[in-house]
Amino acid sequence: MCGIAGVFAFDKNPARVTPERLGAMAAVLAHRGPDGDGFFVDPQHHVGLAHRRLSIIDLCGGGQPIANEDGSIQVIFNGEIFNYVELRDDLRARGHVFRTATDTEVLVHLYEDAGTDFVHALNGQFAIALWDARRRRLLLARDRPGILPLYYRQTECEVSFGSEIKAILAGCQPGDRPAMHADSLRDVLTTWAPISPSTMFEGVFEVEPGQLVLIDERGLTRRRYWTWQLAHPDEARTGRADDLADELLHLLDDATRLRLRADVPVGAYLSGGLDSSVLTALASRRAGAGLRTFSIGFDDPALDEGPYQRVMADAIGGTHSTICCTRADVAAGLADAVTATETPITRAAPVPMSRLAGHVRSAGIKVVLTGEGADEVLGGYDLFKETKIRAFCLRDRSSPSRARLLKRLYPYLDFTRLQPAALLERYFGALDTSLDDPAFSHRPRWNTGGFADTFLSRAFRDRCSPESPAERVLARLGSSLEGLDVFGRAQVLEARLLMAGYLLSSQGDRMLMRHSVEGRFPYLDHRVIEFGNRLEPRLKMRVLDEKFLLKRAARSLVPAAILRRPKQPYRAPDAVAFFGASRPAAIDAVLDPANLHASGCFDPDRVARLSQKIARAVETRQPVSHRESAAWMGIVSTLVWQRQFQQG
Amino acid sequence: MLTFNADSLRLTVRQYILANHLFTDDPSALNDDESFQESRIVDSMGMIQIIQFLESSYDIKIHDHEMVPEELDSVNRIVRLVARKQRAA
Repeated sequence: MCGIAGVFAFDKNPARVTPERLGAMAAVLAHRGPDGDGFFVDPQHHVGLAHRRLSIIDLCGGGQPIANEDGSIQVIFNGEIFNYVELRDDLRARGHVFRTATDTEVLVHLYEDAGTDFVHALNGQFAIALWDARRRRLLLARDRPGILPLYYRQTECEVSFGSEIKAILAGCQPGDRPAMHADSLRDVLTTWAPISPSTMFEGVFEVEPGQLVLIDERGLTRRRYWTWQLAHPDEARTGRADDLADELLHLLDDATRLRLRADVPVGAYLSGGLDSSVLTALASRRAGAGLRTFSIGFDDPALDEGPYQRVMADAIGGTHSTICCTRADVAAGLADAVTATETPITRAAPVPMSRLAGHVRSAGIKVVLTGEGADEVLGGYDLFKETKIRAFCLRDRSSPSRARLLKRLYPYLDFTRLQPAALLERYFGALDTSLDDPAFSHRPRWNTGGFADTFLSRAFRDRCSPESPAERVLARLGSSLEGLDVFGRAQVLEARLLMAGYLLSSQGDRMLMRHSVEGRFPYLDHRVIEFGNRLEPRLKMRVLDEKFLLKRAARSLVPAAILRRPKQPYRAPDAVAFFGASRPAAIDAVLDPANLHASGCFDPDRVARLSQKIARAVETRQPVSHRESAAWMGIVSTLVWQRQFQQG
Repeated sequence: MLTFNADSLRLTVRQYILANHLFTDDPSALNDDESFQESRIVDSMGMIQIIQFLESSYDIKIHDHEMVPEELDSVNRIVRLVARKQRAA
């Protein structure tokens, strides 16, 4: 992966596309591409392109920008086109001449033949900026599920863009830096991510997953080329489970095969769960004993999955290493993580992922396979089970035995062990919501997140729009949920909102690229996604057995201990990590009442009371409420974000 | 341990809810009839914290069948529950 940035100048003002400006935009992306840089400026000053390279394919000859035969098409690109070998063979057969051995070069030749439809031929993860000199048009494109980031900012005179928002900021004139987008802060605190295409910065937007943005002298237009779409229940695929499991395994194997294509060694993350175990098993079949696997461990046994990681590592026989993450590591790593995510975070989960990526890089590995996407595609999340149980409860509100099912949902979380079913029933809203609510699945989570509103200052609330984050989500995604059952709606919301906006970004690309490591996601091969999206729901979750089809496919691949283990989602110590001896001075500084006042976002008195309550709970070894922990993390990370992106 | 006095009980419960679940000392922020869960003042974890506070403050035991919104979901409901238990003691 790499970093890209650039400017399209509507007014063709040379001052907009100077080498100095492009150099500044590229410099802040050096972590994404430490192996070199490249630039292009259109002679008529319409466009400037900047690229930072992480060399993965064609190490010696792959500098960007890359052009077509006559130089009329220039491309800079972050990502990988995994089917580039097949595409290149086909393009050569049609007369195209290649100067490099890169995957990048297929883009310019495909575009020559197919125009904007070229994206449909790509199997990959990508953020592309392509300049068509004949049409005087800049094309920005992002991959289907949103693995790689791409942002843009449009003013009257120009469009600037970058892989990370810091590149756009680096190209801003003094006094022209975008302010905080108030609604996006509320959205992050409630739903874990800004609601696409908005970001935490006023006037800065993301190219949405599966979208093209076309820019020429007439302006900017957006065009969607792919959507995460489930089959209507009446049109879903059925069939013998074993046949479909074989088909799934074949797809995953091919997706893994393509993602092992590199001129550098490829490693794999191993969480101890089913998803990464399947991938490492498939990869080790091809890489043999040379496969390097990497895991994160925790000194808290409630969070650590070491025993299962070792089971799988022993089964494949490669070289395995683990790096441990303590509460002190989490506390120390928050500020750096927020610099990378460019958005506040309500959980500390990204921080250990950054630590893991750093460990991978120090081991000399630039690329890892990783299992994100399996839960969304194949029905793995506990939220999906929760949704089914809540719907089941609603069909007989008087049944106490139905309500007791709720207690089985999250055995690893303190609060569910402690609480009688009646209280859980109310918490999960089993009696409070209707199955007709398009957001039925996500209301409890959004209610938890919405608790953070308690701590917003009155002045900040006045800056926000009147509609709630939930209303904004449904305004954006509501039409995608029509015709789906409650399970299907849960999947679409999770894939389009949380996976793209948080998991692949804050916990994925940003933490990997912070350490110049490329992640590759076989479960997000668009063929796997489309296969999963056509499946009948019971093949994904059979009653309450999650990822039923994946488990069936994996029977011959992974040890029984991995197949049988209860699902344990990846978690890190959250607010508790910051209470005690391990809190960095920088965190104390942002929580100082004077800084809270200056921030303008939060009520200092209420924040202080929240901190005191959590401190008391930690001192007396009482569990900290999830919503209070999430609110505190959101507040502190916002304050850190303001220091890094709004002040100085 | 606090001894029972209706006005004192109401004041103590209000102060506890305001400080620990509304994070304010502004009395106008809490209505005695307001449902904690409908207003999202308290989630189910918070309800457990309230139960622990009441049991330790008034030396009472709140049984499983009493851990329901009908008994605990507002200041008034809590006052009635504790008062009933104190009278029975």
